[in-house]
Amino acid sequence: MEITEKDVAHTTSKLRFDDIKKGKVLSVKWEPKLNYAWDNGPALGRYLAELKNGRIIAKKCDKCHRTMLPPRMFCELCWRPTGRWVYVRDTGIVNTWVVSYVDWKAGRLNIEGGVRPFTPAIIEIDGTSKGMGILHLLDEVDPWKISRGMKVKAVWKPVKERIGAITDIKYFKPVK
Amino acid sequence: MTKRVAIVGIGTTGFRATTPDVSYRELTYEAATKAYVDAGIEPKDVDSFVSTAEDFFEGYSIADEYSPDQLGAVLKPIYTVPGDFIQSLASAYMMILSGIGDISVVQGLSKASNMLSLSEMTTFAMDPIYNRPLKESPHAVAGMEMARFMHESGATREQCAKVVVKNKRNALDNPLAGHGVLIDSDYVLNSEVISFPLTQMDISPHSDGAVVVVLAEEKTAKTLSDKPIWIRGIGWCSDTPGLETRNWGEAIYAQMAAEMSYKMAGIRHPRSEIDFAEINDEFSYKELQHLEAMRICRKKEAGPLTETGGTEITGEFPVNPSGGCLGVGNLYELNGGHKVLEVVRQLRGEAGKNQLKDITTGLAQGWRGVPTATGAVAILSN
Ligand SMILES: [Zn+2]
Repeated sequence: MEITEKDVAHTTSKLRFDDIKKGKVLSVKWEPKLNYAWDNGPALGRYLAELKNGRIIAKKCDKCHRTMLPPRMFCELCWRPTGRWVYVRDTGIVNTWVVSYVDWKAGRLNIEGGVRPFTPAIIEIDGTSKGMGILHLLDEVDPWKISRGMKVKAVWKPVKERIGAITDIKYFKPVK
Repeated sequence: MTKRVAIVGIGTTGFRATTPDVSYRELTYEAATKAYVDAGIEPKDVDSFVSTAEDFFEGYSIADEYSPDQLGAVLKPIYTVPGDFIQSLASAYMMILSGIGDISVVQGLSKASNMLSLSEMTTFAMDPIYNRPLKESPHAVAGMEMARFMHESGATREQCAKVVVKNKRNALDNPLAGHGVLIDSDYVLNSEVISFPLTQMDISPHSDGAVVVVLAEEKTAKTLSDKPIWIRGIGWCSDTPGLETRNWGEAIYAQMAAEMSYKMAGIRHPRSEIDFAEINDEFSYKELQHLEAMRICRKKEAGPLTETGGTEITGEFPVNPSGGCLGVGNLYELNGGHKVLEVVRQLRGEAGKNQLKDITTGLAQGWRGVPTATGAVAILSN
């Protein structure tokens, strides 16, 4: 990625963007190639496959009776293999959320120009144990009207567009 | 008096070129479960944990945060060492010595098969101003070291090839090993040139796997295990990172780490006071270079000793009876963990067809691989 004027402006050094652009200082350009092909394993693998089907699947621990989402092959607290797979609803409640004026690269969103702030939220999914759920985005709601405990529902991508990813759910929106 | 600490539990998945059926989570869970069963403990009995992970190998930044669950370490004292497993072992050992607790656990993992751009990642480890603009391959670094070592030690390509033949043969009888084959020296010498004198067969192929080890203070160790394996000495050392200024011939990092561990163990003559060694052989010449650096062989002796069969399972000083990195696979930050595991299996008498007879002390050595000059050594006794 090219260094931009903005990047340099953010530093506290005496370097000016022009110094780099005109080659007055040594600059090294290196694009690291970091490619991975992570093996999903049975838990994440089935979770993603079910998202493609438009369903959310969890797994239960027979000892502490937690219904865990995302599903996992072992209960990290009881230290034993988990038991049954269970489908849970695609609805839930907002645990916590934020109205964000910056994107993931810390770039400011043009809120004044009408861009909607990002509203990521932790959503406790109905049918799972307390505190379990999905980190996702909220939409179709005024960012300033989101409330703790608000009931929300998944808005899925059309079947043909789903690939088995967390983005198969477009976002969550409020329901009555 | 210094406390004594023993290894009382080991667990592993074994090592294979690929592990497509499981994620890193299930891989570690399996090794951890086996280690805890072996030690007769549960995670709740553990006072502190140390995991081993390098961010770029895992593909996450701050990869250490992903360690606790599959180790049973949630809401427990845990931190990660971004180095070789034996450096983590040293940390866990010190936790017991310092009185933090009586039981500590060390974990290491390799999902090398998931790294699609290994060569680029290793190049990324080189200095961005001095070295990287020249776009050297990591194997060029190994090749240069091999050339310098051969010049200084008189070791030959044939002797290096013999290391490959021996270790891959040993791996055939090790059910944990993933890269055992029966070949002769000509096969190695005639394999594809990578960075001469380094050929394809001089380089360890990579493997996936996990190892978990349980340590305990003497009193606890004796109640938990019939066959505690004592940590008698441990050492670690880093040479300068500068490729321009480091010692290319002698692996000083291995020498210093070994001397540190010998001093702690009260060993003066490693060749006669140690019975066998599992050492880093990520590249064939490294086995010879490390043997001389750690004073197991005199200078210029490792090559001839290997040539005459002295380092075979039946030889006077067996080296890598497990098959080493060449026969088991390069496990990156887990390499030292595999060495420790195999030394423990030998000292317990659990090494199956590769079992050595009449042994009491073994040496495990790890190296962080190209382009590093960091190593660690553990001396273990039954
Ligand atoms: Zn549970």
